[in-house]
Amino acid sequence: MTPAYSAADIAPTAYAWQIQATGLKVRAGRKRMAVDGLDLSLGTGVHGLLGPNGAGKTTLIRALATVLRPAEGTLELLGESVGGRGEHRALRRRIGYLPQEFGYYKRFTVREFIEYMAWLKEVPKADIPAAVQRAVERVGLADRADERMKALSGGMVRRVGIAQAIVNDPTILLLDEPTVGLDPAQRLRFRELLQELGTDTCVLVSTHLVEDVAAACTDVVLFAQGRLVFQGTPDELAAAGGPEHVGDSPLERGYSALLLRPEQERGTW
Amino acid sequence: MSGEHASMRIIDGYARGGADIAADEVWALEAHLEKCRVCRDRLSAAVMAQAGAAAAQAPAVAVRRPDVSALVDTVWSGLEPELAATGPMPRRRRWSARLSKWLTPTMVPWLAMVASVTLLALLLDMVDTGSGSGFGSGSGEVSLVLLLAPVLPVFGVAASWSRGLDPAYELTASVPRAGLHLVLRRTASVLVVVVPVLSLGGWATGVTAAQWLLPCLAFTSATLALGGVVGVNRAALALVTVWAGVIVAPTLATSRTTFALQTDGLPVWGLICALGIGVVIARKGAYSVLGAHR
Repeated sequence: MTPAYSAADIAPTAYAWQIQATGLKVRAGRKRMAVDGLDLSLGTGVHGLLGPNGAGKTTLIRALATVLRPAEGTLELLGESVGGRGEHRALRRRIGYLPQEFGYYKRFTVREFIEYMAWLKEVPKADIPAAVQRAVERVGLADRADERMKALSGGMVRRVGIAQAIVNDPTILLLDEPTVGLDPAQRLRFRELLQELGTDTCVLVSTHLVEDVAAACTDVVLFAQGRLVFQGTPDELAAAGGPEHVGDSPLERGYSALLLRPEQERGTW
Repeated sequence: MSGEHASMRIIDGYARGGADIAADEVWALEAHLEKCRVCRDRLSAAVMAQAGAAAAQAPAVAVRRPDVSALVDTVWSGLEPELAATGPMPRRRRWSARLSKWLTPTMVPWLAMVASVTLLALLLDMVDTGSGSGFGSGSGEVSLVLLLAPVLPVFGVAASWSRGLDPAYELTASVPRAGLHLVLRRTASVLVVVVPVLSLGGWATGVTAAQWLLPCLAFTSATLALGGVVGVNRAALALVTVWAGVIVAPTLATSRTTFALQTDGLPVWGLICALGIGVVIARKGAYSVLGAHR
């Protein structure tokens, strides 16, 4: 009989962390170091990446998606060292990525676009229709799958973006501001999906919304000026704040306690 | 065959309800059935055969099929209304799915533009030679098609791999298929459109194929080579500007085909083409990161 499992299913894991960065520096543009000496280890679970605007969140996620090369330091994804001139094809097959500016082709239907992305991600040809259907159902777009992308609302386009990111069943899933444009009900559904994905995937979600982190994340990464400020559970973040700090919820107070120290306050925003 | 498929003994036992085969065999068989159509067919044949045998032995009893198939019927009747509501998946538009592996929708208008510009240039050439007036007349026939040939594919290449023109550039750059392979695929589809249109033009105006084909290929490879360093958009813009300033303007001013486009210039074009290809191959990693798309 043909075996019911493939060699990849039972291969031992050769890494301790899905994402491991040591002294990582990544350039944004020509001069500015957007990620400046970052030490970070992330395993299975949902990690919320929080930080003020311009903290370097997008640059960090791009580096993790291997579209930006690290300037200094080491970055290991799934045990493979990233950098140099390689194309990282095998590694990229196991990464799902939703960029902040999610661009798409308006003429494609939802199904065509996700099929196209599955082809680009080298999903085996025979598995594409099933993988696309599964991804579309997971984001709740099964009834709109054959409509053209230009007919979709902003929230639906965002969900197509999430569907294309998970179509290849990634081991590392990188979502840059996925909740922008989602209405409250869709956000709740999205948090459920995140929790579901986080059971066997390393999910990194960058967000501005502290309440997203509280609801869906097992782990919070606080990031400011290219450096790691805090890493821990949402409860630990809440514990960092006291009543004297600004904010409406314990998490927001914790966030302000760690980020808005008087000596760091430069502008009013 | 027996090495790859389940034995009839196990399948028969499974059809009877699985009580007389070991649990690990049941597990292995079910895992195999999920993947193997041949064995599923054999299982259903076994189920039918047993039902038939039971009916022959006791004709008085109504044909009683095994419990398994009764269970399948129950599940099916439960699923049917849901499936009817979902509706069948529409037939995939094979043509567009296959085409999208070679070019992106953003390239289509650009390629159409390139084709129509060539045809327009051809038309002007024909009118020129026909009436004997216009800038083409006088000393040395200047073919507009010949003049435009090198820069036409540059537009297509720019549209196929640039940050500003392709909305999905960042997604495309992050996928495993990104890189030289995909760039070459798209470049090839640009050339597939441009070369036939140009050969039509070349045939009609009577210039040799090498005279336009080599500059055309040289500019394509130079765009890609330069694009890997400064971004395809900028590379295309720079090359078109250089072409317009150094070749087109003097030619139109003097109404004389420049040295660059005469047959003596061909080795130089060949050299540029080879050089471009060499640089592209040497820097192939540049196409799978964001920097190259700026």
